[in-house]
Amino acid sequence: MIKVEQVGKTIEEALEAVLNQYNVTKDDVTVTVVDEGKKGFLGFGSKEAKIIVEIKEDSDLKQEKALNFVKEVTKHMGIEADINLKAEAENIFINIDSPDIGIIIGRRGETLDAMQYLTGLAVNKNSSSWTRVILDASGYRQRREEALKDLAQKKAERVKHTSRRVSLEPMNPQERRIIHTTLQDDPWVTTFSEGEEPYRRVVIALKK
Amino acid sequence: MKELIEVLAKSLVDNPDQVFVQEKIVDDEIIIELNVAESDMGKVIGKQGRIAKALRTVLKAAANKEKKRVLLEIV
Repeated sequence: MIKVEQVGKTIEEALEAVLNQYNVTKDDVTVTVVDEGKKGFLGFGSKEAKIIVEIKEDSDLKQEKALNFVKEVTKHMGIEADINLKAEAENIFINIDSPDIGIIIGRRGETLDAMQYLTGLAVNKNSSSWTRVILDASGYRQRREEALKDLAQKKAERVKHTSRRVSLEPMNPQERRIIHTTLQDDPWVTTFSEGEEPYRRVVIALKK
Repeated sequence: MKELIEVLAKSLVDNPDQVFVQEKIVDDEIIIELNVAESDMGKVIGKQGRIAKALRTVLKAAANKEKKRVLLEIV
């Protein structure tokens, strides 16, 4: 919910200003009058009206914003894309299908992550609640998760055989979390991260 | 390229009418200059340049598609 305080010559004028600024209609807001204002005489003794306008946090509005943002960005990247949105609880999921899927994903999901971050910022601008936006490209995130789980298991086996710790390639926090969670119940190995972002990596070692 | 940055920047800042983008071509490189209101600088740079980095990543992807090199300058 956004709360705005506005003054104007009249209540109507003040409200009109807020509606225009936020591009919303009367149905999207609740108005509380703080001061009705006075007309005065020839400019003497007049007082401005003051209202507080609460703009409803419209999840539909956010979804629309998210969809438009991704559509506009892919269009201006010169990419033809089929974009689908799914809203669940406080999250917005957007899947992109495109013949240029490799460009949208980027090296190790770099471009997809950047777009996801920017979409989140754009959608939550001027909002007091944070809606998480998750972008996927032709199921890339799902596939990547499976691949990381697989990798975690294989490397853990190697640690058990050789008794030597294994350090994985640098990953972002979400990817590292997948590795940690995959191996958290393993009785023989332990995992931790070392190094500084963006080169932080997971290490798998034998439990002592 | 220019429009892409314009779209991105305008959806991040509080003053979209003060977003100005210029495109220059030097040798084989496209240089994109992004101008925003003083108060919006943080909105396009972010903590430790995180937003600026994301903008460059998306821009680079678009440039790669056209086999071009591109540089984003925030001024």
